[in-house]
Amino acid sequence: MSAELAPALNNGLPENASTSSPKNSGLEGIGNDYKYGFSDKEDYIFKSGRGLTREIVEKISSMKNEPEWMLKFRLRALDIFNKKPMPTWGNCNLLNNIDFENIFYYIKPSEKQETDWDDVPEGIKNTFDRLGIPEAERKFLAGVTAQYESEVVYHSIREDLEKQGVLFLDMDSGLRLHEDIVREHFATVIPTADNKFSALNSAVWSGGSFIWVPPGVRIEIPLQAYFRINAENMGQFERTLIIAEPGSYVHYIEGCTAPTYSSDSLHSAVVELIAKPGAHIRYTTIQNWSKNVYNLVTKRAVAHEDAKVEWVDGNLGSKLTMKYPAIYLVGERAHGEVLSIAFAGEDQHQDAGAKIIHAAPNTTSMIVSKSICKNGGRTSYRGLIKVYPKATGVKSSVKCDALLLDDKSRSDTYPTMEIDEKDVNIEHEATVSKVGEEQLFYLMSRGLNQDEATAMIVNGFFEPFTKELPLEYAVELNRLIQLEMEGSVG
Amino acid sequence: MTSKNTSKSTAENTSEKVAPLLQIVDLHVSVEDKEILKGVNLTINAGEIHAIMGRNGSGKSTLSYALMGHPRYKVTSGKMLYKGQEVGEMSPDQRAKLGMALAFQYPVAIPGVSVSNFLRKTVNAVRGRDIPVKEFRLELKALMAKLGVKDEFLSRYVNDGFSGGEKKRLEILQLSMLKPLLAILDETDSGLDIDALKTVSEGINVMAQADTAVLLITHYQRMLNYVQPQFVHVFQDGKIVASGGKELALELEDRGYEWVTQESVDESASAQAKANSSSAAATPVGAK
Repeated sequence: MSAELAPALNNGLPENASTSSPKNSGLEGIGNDYKYGFSDKEDYIFKSGRGLTREIVEKISSMKNEPEWMLKFRLRALDIFNKKPMPTWGNCNLLNNIDFENIFYYIKPSEKQETDWDDVPEGIKNTFDRLGIPEAERKFLAGVTAQYESEVVYHSIREDLEKQGVLFLDMDSGLRLHEDIVREHFATVIPTADNKFSALNSAVWSGGSFIWVPPGVRIEIPLQAYFRINAENMGQFERTLIIAEPGSYVHYIEGCTAPTYSSDSLHSAVVELIAKPGAHIRYTTIQNWSKNVYNLVTKRAVAHEDAKVEWVDGNLGSKLTMKYPAIYLVGERAHGEVLSIAFAGEDQHQDAGAKIIHAAPNTTSMIVSKSICKNGGRTSYRGLIKVYPKATGVKSSVKCDALLLDDKSRSDTYPTMEIDEKDVNIEHEATVSKVGEEQLFYLMSRGLNQDEATAMIVNGFFEPFTKELPLEYAVELNRLIQLEMEGSVG
Repeated sequence: MTSKNTSKSTAENTSEKVAPLLQIVDLHVSVEDKEILKGVNLTINAGEIHAIMGRNGSGKSTLSYALMGHPRYKVTSGKMLYKGQEVGEMSPDQRAKLGMALAFQYPVAIPGVSVSNFLRKTVNAVRGRDIPVKEFRLELKALMAKLGVKDEFLSRYVNDGFSGGEKKRLEILQLSMLKPLLAILDETDSGLDIDALKTVSEGINVMAQADTAVLLITHYQRMLNYVQPQFVHVFQDGKIVASGGKELALELEDRGYEWVTQESVDESASAQAKANSSSAAATPVGAK
């Protein structure tokens, strides 16, 4: 069942990985092979030259027929990007290897966006078929957008939602058709100058999702966006804005994959969520980029009075991910949760975490971070809990667990707490453990081989995350880990 | 391995007699280069119940780990023949698939893995086929009722936050589902209150009646009130120093382990004579 989920979830959990030593054989299975590394022939409407110039920014804006204010916004962002230094924290060695001059900043793959898969250019349609998107859409999604390189090539939303006034569009169409809503909210959560990569995105953004949920409307079935990079040295800069009006609910899922190339691509998204009083937004990401993709994403939400925001964030692929989904709890009794997993194999560094800002009384938050690394992979948890003065009655709990599958791998935790109010209740707990010999022996004495036993421990470790996924995703994630582990002993 | 050939020819020579279920011959086992087992000899036939008794630190648990194949317990010499086949080089899961099972003294928690999922995966692995869900459920429910295990048990994570008694019940539930030919029970009675001890013992007896051979490793005599062994062995300093019938357990209870040590030393000179006598006294085997 649900083969459609494999692309979103399978971080190349391989069928037959090599084993270096019997002791580690059970751990070789995951992260070595990548099933979505295939690429299509390039047959594009427009492809910019390499590197970033003012002309390219102007070209993007004019090709999209944007209003003047957006062009100005972009050009200002370009200035900021050029002036801002690279971050001096995180994995600087990897960061400084990004060759901004070598990137293609805008590629338009097809003439227009389609609402019927049969109208999508054949090569691109085949790719999404292989990734299982149309099938997933038929089975359990209320709406889908599929982005290929810089543009959304397919989009659909269930009629009943449209009738209720729900807006689910790609960001460019959102700007064109609902300029007033976009202009009111765009870049209000993440200012252009927030960081170098938010500035870059602001200059060259293209695609992404625009969602507006009317007051009181609850969308019970998830909306999904799928992002695919195809060209080598591609830069994908989608921009997503979700606005949930008072009392509404939306669950948005995004997945992403890319071909495997020997040189790097860059994915740098900006995602802004606004949960108005009593609204509830759940945002689920299964990031599964190939190992040549830099994934440097800024995600931030604002939660007003009695609102609730949840980031459910799965980081499986990429070369380097730096991503710290943030929630600003600005209204009383707002609640925020960040639940994340990270998996790092050979040559991967997952630097992920969460930021929660308690700026109102009686706000509550929870962070659960689970990471696994093996074969020399690195995971880092980087988190911030901030409580402003007079934000009384705040409750927050942070739990970070790291599991090391071998001695070559590394995990670090960088938790920061800035608490400027006394009447608060903050809990923090961090553990680092290794897959225990005793656990393996126990499971193996029950007839499971080393791969099966390791897969069971890994699945169990990720369980707090998988149980939050839609059933189809959870089943698929478990099945993949299980299957691929089984195949890895020769 | 050479031992494999040896065992085969032995089986052929004694053509009519099937090889014993388990035959341990002069087994030496080390943990981190420290020798713990120093020449254990023990033979168990199908369906028999054996008890091994001894003080803490005498090496009883080491024997159970070595039998099941814990990677830190290295066999330095001797044989472990299961149905005539040397198992010393096999991984624990291979041994499990042959019909060996160990109920742990300290069962390990597997957070995030539900008991029901765990049971299904392990039972399927050992039986080598996927049992239909319905059939599996029926079998499991029947056993759970017998062992006084509640339904809510199934959705909990394996041994995670379990009380001592709950862990031991789960061990016996697992073994009952796995239906091994040889069940090794390592201090299964420790940490049990009297009610739990009775239920767990009942579970063991049911297995034994279904022709599972049981090797019961225990520190105390009290479990033997509920599970009646045909053979009792006394473990001391890494080997079996005395063997006898179930009355030996009572003798130990009365006179303590000191007595056996004394006897075995005293009697080692005239071991042969004693072994042939029909008295209820212990039969030292150390000097065989």
